[in-house]
Amino acid sequence: MGTIRELLAIPLLLTSFRFATPLILAALGGIFNERSGVINIALEGMMLFGAFAAVYGSGLTGNPWIGVLYSMIAGLSFALILALVCVTFKANQIVVATGINIFASGLTIYLLQVLFGVAGTSPRVPRLPAVRFLGITRYNPITFIAVALVPIVWFILFKTPWGLRIRAIGEHPSAADTLGVNVNKYRFICVLISGTLAGLAGAHLSIGEGSAFVREMTQGRGFIALAAMIFGKWHPVGAFGAAMLFGYAEAIAIRVDFAYIPSELIRAIPYFITIIILAGFIGKAIPPKAIGKPYFKGED
Amino acid sequence: MSEENQYLLEMRGITKTFPGVKANDNVNMLVEKGEIHALVGENGAGKTTLMKILYGLYDSDAGEIYYEGQKVDMSQPQKAIDLGIGMVHQHFKLVDTLTVTENIILGSEPRRGLTINYNEARNKVKEISENYGLKVDPEAKIQDIPVGMQQRVEIIKILFRGADLLIFDEPTAVLTPQEIDELFEIFNSLKEQGKTIIFITHKLREVKTVSDRITVLRDGKSVDTVVNTEEISEKDMAELMVGREVLLRVDKEKANPGEEILKVEDLHVRDNRGITTVNGISFSVKKGEIFGIAGVEGNGQTELVEALTGLRRAEQGRVYYKGEDITNLDARSIKDKHIGHIPEDRQRRGLVTDFSLSENFILGFQHQKPYSRSLFMNYNLINNHAQDLIKEYDVRTSGYNSLVNKLSGGNQQKVIIAREFDQQPELLIAAQPTRGVDVGSIEFIHKQLIKKRDDGTAILLISAELNEIMSLSDRIGVIFEGRIVAVIEGDRADEREIGSLMTGSEEVEVSE
Repeated sequence: MGTIRELLAIPLLLTSFRFATPLILAALGGIFNERSGVINIALEGMMLFGAFAAVYGSGLTGNPWIGVLYSMIAGLSFALILALVCVTFKANQIVVATGINIFASGLTIYLLQVLFGVAGTSPRVPRLPAVRFLGITRYNPITFIAVALVPIVWFILFKTPWGLRIRAIGEHPSAADTLGVNVNKYRFICVLISGTLAGLAGAHLSIGEGSAFVREMTQGRGFIALAAMIFGKWHPVGAFGAAMLFGYAEAIAIRVDFAYIPSELIRAIPYFITIIILAGFIGKAIPPKAIGKPYFKGED
Repeated sequence: MSEENQYLLEMRGITKTFPGVKANDNVNMLVEKGEIHALVGENGAGKTTLMKILYGLYDSDAGEIYYEGQKVDMSQPQKAIDLGIGMVHQHFKLVDTLTVTENIILGSEPRRGLTINYNEARNKVKEISENYGLKVDPEAKIQDIPVGMQQRVEIIKILFRGADLLIFDEPTAVLTPQEIDELFEIFNSLKEQGKTIIFITHKLREVKTVSDRITVLRDGKSVDTVVNTEEISEKDMAELMVGREVLLRVDKEKANPGEEILKVEDLHVRDNRGITTVNGISFSVKKGEIFGIAGVEGNGQTELVEALTGLRRAEQGRVYYKGEDITNLDARSIKDKHIGHIPEDRQRRGLVTDFSLSENFILGFQHQKPYSRSLFMNYNLINNHAQDLIKEYDVRTSGYNSLVNKLSGGNQQKVIIAREFDQQPELLIAAQPTRGVDVGSIEFIHKQLIKKRDDGTAILLISAELNEIMSLSDRIGVIFEGRIVAVIEGDRADEREIGSLMTGSEEVEVSE
């Protein structure tokens, strides 16, 4: 009985927001690029590089907000590579994104050595201020940004001309092209938005929730964000709900003691849920039709 | 100058080369304001390429375009749109998951501040729809509306952008006869309101029915601009297109049907989405007859053929071949029983387009003697075999070693026909045998099918071309929603009747 009371405790539910923050941000970014027809499995690498850049920027200037700016630029720079190679030069999106993930892992470890002279964990740097909300849980500002972005992304996608064009491009690029919509320009921009948000998610991990960079600190959250996006059927509100569910599972693993069940197993719950979703057991998730296919002018 | 101005559109000396092919070679086309202008020619004659250049989807290598007497640069579709040129593509450019209204306004959305002004959009769609008699449901998603309405959405889409010149790329290919009549009414109502129409087709009857003037393309060159459609017969038009005399009617004797070869009983088949599209179909095909299945595409024809040829599992029902139960046998066993198959999608199912002609001529029989001997292929024999077939079936190619993807659509189809016919099938399943094939090749393929029939082959013909079904079949089964709704004797078939049966708008008792 005690365990159930703990599971439903308000503080635990509120804490889920903190764990869900990077997932929400990266999933919203993922919605942009996937709705436009580009797969971005490099969210993980962009998030990792963002986390590192945030620590570097904050340490360099002593201002964590500069760190946040650095994280977004870092995500953007990786996204620029993906957009240039895959949208402009039409290379295979999976291969290039996998390359970016491996590159991010190696690059951050290398930069830890070169810039900080350490192997596993960076020195401590100034972190973002935490704000007490509803008098119970403390949040860093990135959490508020993430939650606020959900309705904003929804508004852009479903109420504005740009959103309509993005949705059309991911389904039937040549339809949009014949109506004078520049397919590859929109895709390029969507990939950049995606990278920027993934970078911001990284800042949350390194200088939002902590104050240092740890190697491989994203621990697959970029991929979980992709799963949240799919679970949420490429809809910002759905993705938000999915991210919250995954965040809740992570919060449980850390905060609740279960008799006989090791916390590692609890921590693996999001991954189990992800596999089940991807296998199509919980409703069918239909991706945008043109996803993953580069667009050539004049094709049918 | 005054002479220049009589044309709304002038395309002069247009040339476009794709790797290995000169699609347009110094083509000229002159279109007057307010006319319905037919652009005709065989497949691969360069009609679509020419129109894609006009619409800014391809860049031309040479040539000039004048619109209302002004030289224009057409490097982007947006430029065509700005000039008032709109195009209805052969494959509709509609986003299935969006609504009719969303598809229409895409790219030119009326705005209110940052948002799309859907009220204004809906009103404008309604206004155009009423003005031109184009009935659509503005709130429906594209995936839920029939093909005819999708085409009307395409037309509204370009009128919404203020188009004065409307280009239609083979608009009738996907329509039923009734829908074609409706489309031509729309053409006339557009013309009455001062719009100009360019209409691509290779169906001569449609040219005669609706167009004012004609431009003929052959092998990428403009052969002739016929001033007035009235002045030319279908036969002369076909000759201009093909460059030789063409037989438009299929000559055939009355069939001499023998015993039952194929018998299908209460067959049920599901499609990829798990929906039962073949829903209790029964029919039979006799030796020496052509049994045609007429129907709008998507009524179960594809799944039926796949089930008969072992490419898809039947859920229920039986298939008998010469009395033997062959239900759900695998594709090779069925092929080995001398059942020939001309698949509807020649590039996906019928050919390996990166292989040579020789190799494609033995696909499906490659494991058999004499083409293979224990471990090795007998390429000498295979190549000789290819040479014979190329000659016999008049495949236009540089040789048996050239790759199939270098051939035109009509010649690719001849490769499949040659291969399947050469194995002396007792049953031939021919799905869309002349799809995307030009007049000259159609004539040839039709003659071959009749010849096979007269030799005693049982032929199951599936085609979306009602004309083809009617001119070849000895008996016609009309398919609607996965069932045969009527079987009609070929010589008693009436196009209107079959057309309305195809759309399910007429109830008729099934008579054997």
